[in-house]
Amino acid sequence: MSSLMESLNRRALDAGIPLGVHIDLTWRCNERCIHCYLDHEDSAELTLDELCHLLDSLAEAGVFFLTLSGGEIFLRKDLEQIVAHARACSFDIKLKTNALLIGPEQAAWILRHGVHQVQVSIYSHRPEVHDGITKVRGSLDRSIAAIARLRALGVRVVIACVLMKQNTGDFEGVKQLAADLGAEFTLDPTITPHLNDYGSLLELNIPREDLVSLFHNQALTGSTDICLPPAPVDDDILDGTPCSAGHTSCYISPHGDVWPCVQFPLASGNVRESSFLDIWTGSVQLREVRGIRARDLTTCSGCGHVGTCSRCPGLAFMEGSMYGPSTTDCEKSFARTGIPSANMMKRSSASASRESLVHIQL
Amino acid sequence: MSTCYPKKAANLASRVLKGEAIIMNPVDSSLFSLNETATAIWEAADGRTTLQEIVEREVCPRFEIDSESALRDAEEVVHALAEHSILLVSEEPADE
Repeated sequence: MSSLMESLNRRALDAGIPLGVHIDLTWRCNERCIHCYLDHEDSAELTLDELCHLLDSLAEAGVFFLTLSGGEIFLRKDLEQIVAHARACSFDIKLKTNALLIGPEQAAWILRHGVHQVQVSIYSHRPEVHDGITKVRGSLDRSIAAIARLRALGVRVVIACVLMKQNTGDFEGVKQLAADLGAEFTLDPTITPHLNDYGSLLELNIPREDLVSLFHNQALTGSTDICLPPAPVDDDILDGTPCSAGHTSCYISPHGDVWPCVQFPLASGNVRESSFLDIWTGSVQLREVRGIRARDLTTCSGCGHVGTCSRCPGLAFMEGSMYGPSTTDCEKSFARTGIPSANMMKRSSASASRESLVHIQL
Repeated sequence: MSTCYPKKAANLASRVLKGEAIIMNPVDSSLFSLNETATAIWEAADGRTTLQEIVEREVCPRFEIDSESALRDAEEVVHALAEHSILLVSEEPADE
């Protein structure tokens, strides 16, 4: 992160400003990705008027970085009007899409409205793998055609590749595809749990040995320093806050629900019932999130990884408690360093106790 | 340069936080942070007001600085912002 971004984040944190907001405009989608964490329910989405009013409120609250996502945002017929209003509010605009519906007309208005970045999900360079994940035949070819269209106009495109068992060996191919298209590339080895059925998607997570080789791949990570054992834990670490969710950023669902993050579904208010600023400043839930320090975490405060772990408070929340561990991130810390987390040790010890009990019964 | 008309470039992302503007140029992803004086000039740069008027109206009273020094500093600011294509400078006022 640049020093200017760090300084900006610090200023926003000190002033209680929501620097970045992610809005899902719809949960409807024209793909059926096997790892998707959403139900594609299409009722009661915020209307264009409601969204324009919301964008005005966000600008007033100091929001600078705006992410419009879904679902598939291009299923909204009023998307261009929403983006035009966002431009009038001077946001830095990022769109997340599968790009299936981006034709010449859409690409032209994306450029015209000064969208900073379009992020497109690509799972493999091989159609049989990508289309197998999206469940839409021909989707890889259509997404690639749209990316080429955007790049020809000079629009910045980032190809995002979520890794799962089905495509774990394909990220190098996707990275090369991005380079060929003049796009940037980002990789995410985390499967977000389904919002209504926590465990249903977790079996898609890549195996531990693949995670280990990812973290030790210097071409991807830039440095293998992240694989070194963590430094000793001190008070600065224990007084630290986990991430920006609820502190300088938040999420708003297609129905107006405010959560700390898209991956942290803690209902904190609804913009149909209260103003965004009232929710941001007054929500009991957001205040609780902001009050959490590393030393308050039930298991993680005693873990050697606490200062370097990517622990996601949202994943911890979905796993059981926002004060508890996120096992997915424990796995990452272990994959990086070879050192088990306090949570892993605790689970292993509990599992050994259960086995002992069985032996006694036998 | 004092009779020039500075105007914000189109399609920039910008926000004023605690009196200081942050600006993102989506064309090259460059991010800028302006101090309070530069922010005052930036906010008033509508393409229809001369830099001299901006300095006299927005800078001198707010920052208690004489107009000659203020104008000199303002010209430097405008020049720097124009070099990064986030401010356009014209000798004629922009259309309404």
